[in-house]
Amino acid sequence: MKILVCISKTPDTTAKIAFTDNNTKFDVNGVQWIINPYDEWYALVKAIELKEADASTTIHLVTVGTADAEPIIRKALALGGDEAIRVNADSHDSFYIASQIAEVAKQGGYDLVLTGKETIDYNGSSIGGMVAELLDLPYISLATKFELAGGNATITREIEGGEEVNVVALPAVVSAQKGMAEARIPNMRGIMAARTKPLKVTEPTAADPMTTVTGFGLPPAKAGVKLVAADNVEELVRLLHEEAKAI
Amino acid sequence: MSVLIFIDTAEGHVKKVSHEVLSYGAKVAEQLGTTAEAIVLGAVSDDLASLGKYGVKKIHHVANDTLNNLDAQVYTKVIAQVAAACNAKLIIFSNNLNGKAIAPRLSVRMKAGLVAGAVALPDTSNGFVVRKNVFSGKAFANIAVSTDIKIIALNPNAFQVITGEGIAEVVPFSASVDAPKVKVTAVNKTSGEIVLTEAEIVVSAGRGLKGPENWGMVEELAKTLHAATACSRPVADAHWRPHNEHVGQTGYAIAPNLYIAIGISGAIQHLAGVNRSKVIVVINKDPEAPFFKAADYGIVGDAFEVIPKFTEAIRKLKGVA
Repeated sequence: MKILVCISKTPDTTAKIAFTDNNTKFDVNGVQWIINPYDEWYALVKAIELKEADASTTIHLVTVGTADAEPIIRKALALGGDEAIRVNADSHDSFYIASQIAEVAKQGGYDLVLTGKETIDYNGSSIGGMVAELLDLPYISLATKFELAGGNATITREIEGGEEVNVVALPAVVSAQKGMAEARIPNMRGIMAARTKPLKVTEPTAADPMTTVTGFGLPPAKAGVKLVAADNVEELVRLLHEEAKAI
Repeated sequence: MSVLIFIDTAEGHVKKVSHEVLSYGAKVAEQLGTTAEAIVLGAVSDDLASLGKYGVKKIHHVANDTLNNLDAQVYTKVIAQVAAACNAKLIIFSNNLNGKAIAPRLSVRMKAGLVAGAVALPDTSNGFVVRKNVFSGKAFANIAVSTDIKIIALNPNAFQVITGEGIAEVVPFSASVDAPKVKVTAVNKTSGEIVLTEAEIVVSAGRGLKGPENWGMVEELAKTLHAATACSRPVADAHWRPHNEHVGQTGYAIAPNLYIAIGISGAIQHLAGVNRSKVIVVINKDPEAPFFKAADYGIVGDAFEVIPKFTEAIRKLKGVA
């Protein structure tokens, strides 16, 4: 089985969110970059688990980004995966990125394309669905469990107030979230091995972005907390009822 | 041209979140000087015509039983047929679980630029620009859509439901429907409880509760408020509470009207999952807990003393002994 795992570079969860150039660009000054947690903990680790269960499995990683994305893809390779492909392009919109990933997927003939459920910067949740449509493959989103049986995958996906079990014949595209796999950290052997794993660089395919960011902003600051004395809970209830109209 | 709104259903019932997207879609249609139409797939037992009160004029119903379960690939092709038939220039989804499965596919299929996670009406004064949440709610971005056909996936609880008068015309639509490739073999629902991601009020607790045996009072408070219960990551990781109650960066992101956090310090990862809540109440014995900075109301005090009193005061307000 051949698996393609989509890896995105995102600012660390605790990074300060600020903007420059008249609020049109994310301020990368001093920002620590990480593998998007959903791509790492759930999509990549799930692929590694599948390879551990069946050694004939091949895992390729793909990222769309300029050369400064390479430390992140090496870090992903340290966790696992056989080789990585970097499509040498600035990220534009979701459609542009999905087009690049779909092109790589077409070339590689994968049985399974795994993505994280969303990136923690753009929160689009769009790449998996777009890649699936570009490849005309089934798409199971927000999966919490994944098991293989023959050429079929049994996938549990989240629905409102519960879960649904889906069975689909591979190839398919799956987006992963909490539950799919347990987070791990790379060991020294993995880090050493990652240095010599192949990292191919390919040039982007033509695709026209359909959206552009015209500006960023920060939500208005909260007015400040209104504290109520611990022995006056009735006052809190009154405020919630009369002022906030929340109960 | 028209605005086409996707009505999401579960087991034949219209989801509450659909009222919100219908209201939003009707408002956008009014803004663009066109009519709001809607699409619903599969068998529906609810009265569709009455959805006209949210401003929709016409509902295209593809009542094919194959569509009772979601297969995003099949749904996408059907929605594209309806969108073409009613010359839709704008298609609106909720950015809920099903919306996230379908909208990106439809975006590719119809070459329609997608804004996923919209939080406001589009600004059409100069092009077509929609505001969406980014950086897990810590910022927003204005997204310009340059394609002729556009798709908006509206974040749940981002728009006020508008209820008026009106009856929608329900018309059957006969679409060509592919055989699904995804087979649903089981649906497991946590029955009887209020769904966390759809709840208007959420009562959440963290490590400050000291152990799973102390959750009785949290559940009691939640019950009194008709609220869903939630928890922080350490609590779910320690198996004090099930993982499907975990809210935060790696758990569920929620946006209720009221979020009550008890004994949760308010780490940035937790805030990322709850900062879209309209009103936040924090109860914590540590006055330095970072959560107070993100809160609207707070009590510095011992949860074990405050919670029973809180429940009691709400009962009094509601006139329940």
